[in-house]
Formats: sequence, C-alpha cells, structure tokens
Amino acid sequence: MCGIAGLIHRGQSGDIGREMTSMLQALKHRGPDSSGFALYGKPDPDRQIMRFKVAEQEDLAKGFKIHDQMRERKSMVDARLAELGATIEHKDQATEYAHRYIFKFGGDLKHLADYIEDIDQVEILSLGHALELIKDLGDAGRVSDQYGLGDFKGTHGIGHTRMATESDVDIRSAHPYWAYPFNDVAVVHNGQLTNYWGSRRALERRGHRFMSDCDSELIAVYIADRIERGDELEEALTRSINELDGVFTYLVATSDSLGMAKDVMAAKPMVLYESDDIIALASEEVAIRSVFPHEIDTFDPYEGEVRVWTS
Amino acid sequence: MDELSREQESHRMGMHTEQLAGRTQQIFFAPEEAENLASPDAFDVDFNKRTEIDTAELTQQQVNLKIRELMTQGYGTIVIQNPGAKHSLGVGILNRLQLYFEGSLGYFGCGLIDGPNVRITGRVGWSFGENMMSGTVVIEKNAGSTFGAAIRGGDLVCRGDVGSRTGIDMKGGTIIVGGRTGAFSGFMMQRGRMVVLGDAGKSLGDSMYDGTIYIGGKIADLGVDAVEGEMTDLDVRWLDRKLAIYGLETPNGARNMTKIVSGKKLWNYDNLEPAEKKMVL
Repeated sequence: MCGIAGLIHRGQSGDIGREMTSMLQALKHRGPDSSGFALYGKPDPDRQIMRFKVAEQEDLAKGFKIHDQMRERKSMVDARLAELGATIEHKDQATEYAHRYIFKFGGDLKHLADYIEDIDQVEILSLGHALELIKDLGDAGRVSDQYGLGDFKGTHGIGHTRMATESDVDIRSAHPYWAYPFNDVAVVHNGQLTNYWGSRRALERRGHRFMSDCDSELIAVYIADRIERGDELEEALTRSINELDGVFTYLVATSDSLGMAKDVMAAKPMVLYESDDIIALASEEVAIRSVFPHEIDTFDPYEGEVRVWTS
Repeated sequence: MDELSREQESHRMGMHTEQLAGRTQQIFFAPEEAENLASPDAFDVDFNKRTEIDTAELTQQQVNLKIRELMTQGYGTIVIQNPGAKHSLGVGILNRLQLYFEGSLGYFGCGLIDGPNVRITGRVGWSFGENMMSGTVVIEKNAGSTFGAAIRGGDLVCRGDVGSRTGIDMKGGTIIVGGRTGAFSGFMMQRGRMVVLGDAGKSLGDSMYDGTIYIGGKIADLGVDAVEGEMTDLDVRWLDRKLAIYGLETPNGARNMTKIVSGKKLWNYDNLEPAEKKMVL
C-alpha cells in the first residue's frame, strides 16, 4: 500500500523534520516496513552534503567480520574522496552503517558518485547542496529518533512509509530515492509501474545506474534523465504521466521545488492542502491533520494531474 | 402533465426500463417505505435526546463504539466533535439517527448505513458512504474518490468537488455533487441517479447498465455504452425538487443539464455472440 507525504513552506523555513515525522507517523498503518525522509535545509552552493551507507541493517547480524568490513568501507570512501580532491569538513555517523559527510568538491559529481559506489556494499543515499536523505527500517518515529531529525529546519521535504510488495525489506528498497547523479532531486512513490523492465533497460542503455529492483527507483532515474535532457521539472512530470505505465502517485523534490504527479486512472490517493504560505500533501488527510489540527479545506488532485510549487 | 403513478413515473424517467430475465429482483424506487428501514439490530432512539462527544483523543473504534453505546441509551441526536479525519467513522448504523460531524472524516466513513441523517461540516476521504442503503448524508466540503460506491438507496450529497469513480457500481439512491467529479464516474452503474452540477471527468458512465446521470457542466468524454438521453419534463421537475431540498441550484437551469443513460448495447451481455461483443466495444 505505502504512504507518501510532502510539505513545503513558501518563502520561509520551518520545523520540517518534526512536521514530516508527524505526517509519516500518522501514515504508519499504510506501511511499517521502512520509513524515509528527503529533507531540504538551507542550500550551501559551496558544499556538498553526502548521505551514504556502508551496509544494510540486516548485515549486522551476519557474522563477526561485518564491523571490520564497515570500517574498511568507510576508510575507502575517505580515501577515494581525498583522491578526487574533495575536502571533508564535517562527518556524522547516525548508525554504524549510515554516514553523513559535508565536503567541498569542484569536480564531476557523477564521476564522484560512481567512484564511491564502486566500493562493495557502499551506496550513496543522496548528494546535494540542500538535500538530506535518510531512510531505514521501522516506523517514522523510530527512524526520526535514530537520526535526530526532530530539530531539522528547512523549507520542504518529502517522505515515505513502505509496505514492501515487490522487493525486499531493506534500506536499498526503501524510499525516497535520490535521482542519481543530480544534486538535490528525490522521489517518493505509491503505486506499481507495469512497464518497469522495459523502461529500466532503456534508461540503463543511456548510462543510468539502478541500485535496487524497486519500481519506485525507476521514477527517480526517469526524472533525472529528463532533467538531463533539458526538461523543466513540470515538463518531466507531465511527460511521465504518458510514458510511465501503471497506477501511481508520486512526489518529487528539488532544492527549491516540490512536485506531484498522478496517473491517468487516479487509482492511488493523494490529499492536498494549499494555503498562501504552506502546501501539504499526503496519501491520507489524517497525516495533514497531524500538522494542522485546526479546520482546513483539502481536496483530491484529479487523474493525470501535475503540480509544482516553489519554496 | 397527467398524474402518474410512482411506477409509471419511474418508467417514464427511464429509471426502470429493465426487462429482467429472472436472475435479478425488480424493486421500484421507494426509499420512504418503512420496510426498507427495518433491521433486527436497529435501536429505538429519540431525536430530542441530544449529546455531544469530543473525539480528539479517541480511536476510530472507540468513536464507533461510543455512538453505538449512545444509541443504546436512546440518544437520537449525536454531535461528534473533532473527528480529525479518522477512518471508518459512523459505519453500520441501521436505524434513524441525527448524526453530526463537526470536522472531516477519513476513508470509508459512513459505510453500510441504513437510515441515519448525517451532516458533515468538513471533507470526507475515499470510499465514503459505500453500500449506503437509506437515509441522507450532506457533506459541506469536498469528497475523495469512489464516493458512494455501490449505494442502494438514500441521498448522498457533497456540496464541493469529489474525486474519481463516483457512484461506481451504484444500485439505487441519489448522489448529488455540487462541484465537479473525476474520471470513471458512474462506472458500471446499475440503478439510481447521479446529479453533478459541475464538470465530469473522462469515461463518464462507462459500462453503465441502467440508471441516470445528470451533468450541469462539461463532460470530458463518455465511457463505453454511455449515451446522451432526452431531458424530459419529468427529469426537470425531479431535479428542481430534489436540488431544492438541499438548497442547491444548477448553474444554467435543470433543463440545460445533460442527461446520460445506458445505450444498452452491452446490456444483457450474455445474449451477445463474441463477434457482437467486439462490435459494441
């Protein structure tokens, strides 16, 4: 089933970490397998924020060597970043397998991403000037506490609670997906794509990489591909309505925008609240109510509808 | 206009033109008949006995059990404050009751009801009023998709916009929408009437067997086997009377609404040979 949510403050920052945690926790019943956040803080054009993992959570139960292996993988990430000329300014470690680096880098971002992910079991969850992508197993409250998201200030965010239907319960199959190799682009999705393999092969032939077999990752890669070809965000979303087959509602976020797209059958839910200073979307109104307990007017976007808002 | 019996009027309006072949039971439109409201589990309530409950801190199960408990005590007018868009509120009520929700409801609200008069000041989520048998419901704001799916009787009114697949599989009763409705509204409609004062999305009335849809605005396109019908004096009279009950008006007058009925090319499908099926599709 899965639940998705998004929120954007217009012209100001807000308690985006707390708000998104509240919205996703209200959607816990739609999918308790994993939870993920793509949160957007104040962009710093001179620095990259990289979130990456060096193992799956389930790997911790696979023998005594895993702890040494994780340390070794992290050392390799450090060495390769240094080799590429990146200057690491800050390191955080939320869990034994999840890391957050802030660094300066003026080179080819795709090359950096490919070189880092060439290390066995290392996956970049996000790269960007504003985006911080966090995902792990369990409900939103647990993940938020684990990664200290309650104090996160920012302009907008999207999130996902997952009920695994077509791929494993692990971090690599959790949402959101970063739209590799583009700065600050992330996607969450509720639905099923029926032309997944054909579309995936077409995108792989164009040089894009997939880290999972999850159909939602395809949307992120598809959007990245369209942006690479020169589409504006709204244009890419509109094109996806015709080119992606299946039933879906998904949200896309960039450094300053939040967009939504709904398939032509309108088979997956989305409730929208729009005011002058804030927009909130979720699979169920109960998520929006968790942030806005007072009476508000909400509505459902219609079939084939695409919308984009800017912070 | 000649004085018509209910049965004649019903036929003249195109609501019951089925030539039934024995597999279904023909029931004429008569929601006020007492036997339609009879249920062994119904509570005997007094409308003058009124109470309010704040449900902000209650779960959906607790709210529904509280309503049941209050009906057991004879309360006939119940006001639910702060429903908070919780799911499945007000379901399975099988007797007369004045039920007011001050706020919004989530998914599957007021499903399987048979008799209550419900008023909701906010919005309702997907699948509201599913399988409603009788009574009236008025929603002041918007509604989600599959609004009034498979209803068999009563009046289900939303003053705002509703989502897709409104009245899917409806078997009776009346759905009234003050705003617009989304795609596939009236899909596989079998009986009853749907009145939409605004626009309708694509594939309106797709594969409808019977029943009538009235649209006040633009229709994106009609579904398979849905065709435009002739608007009669009886239609106009019924629309004016029905809409007046809920204080609604058509933007250009009932006479100028578009009436959609089944073309019945697909109807009685079993009698068609495969080649004929292909032709009508």
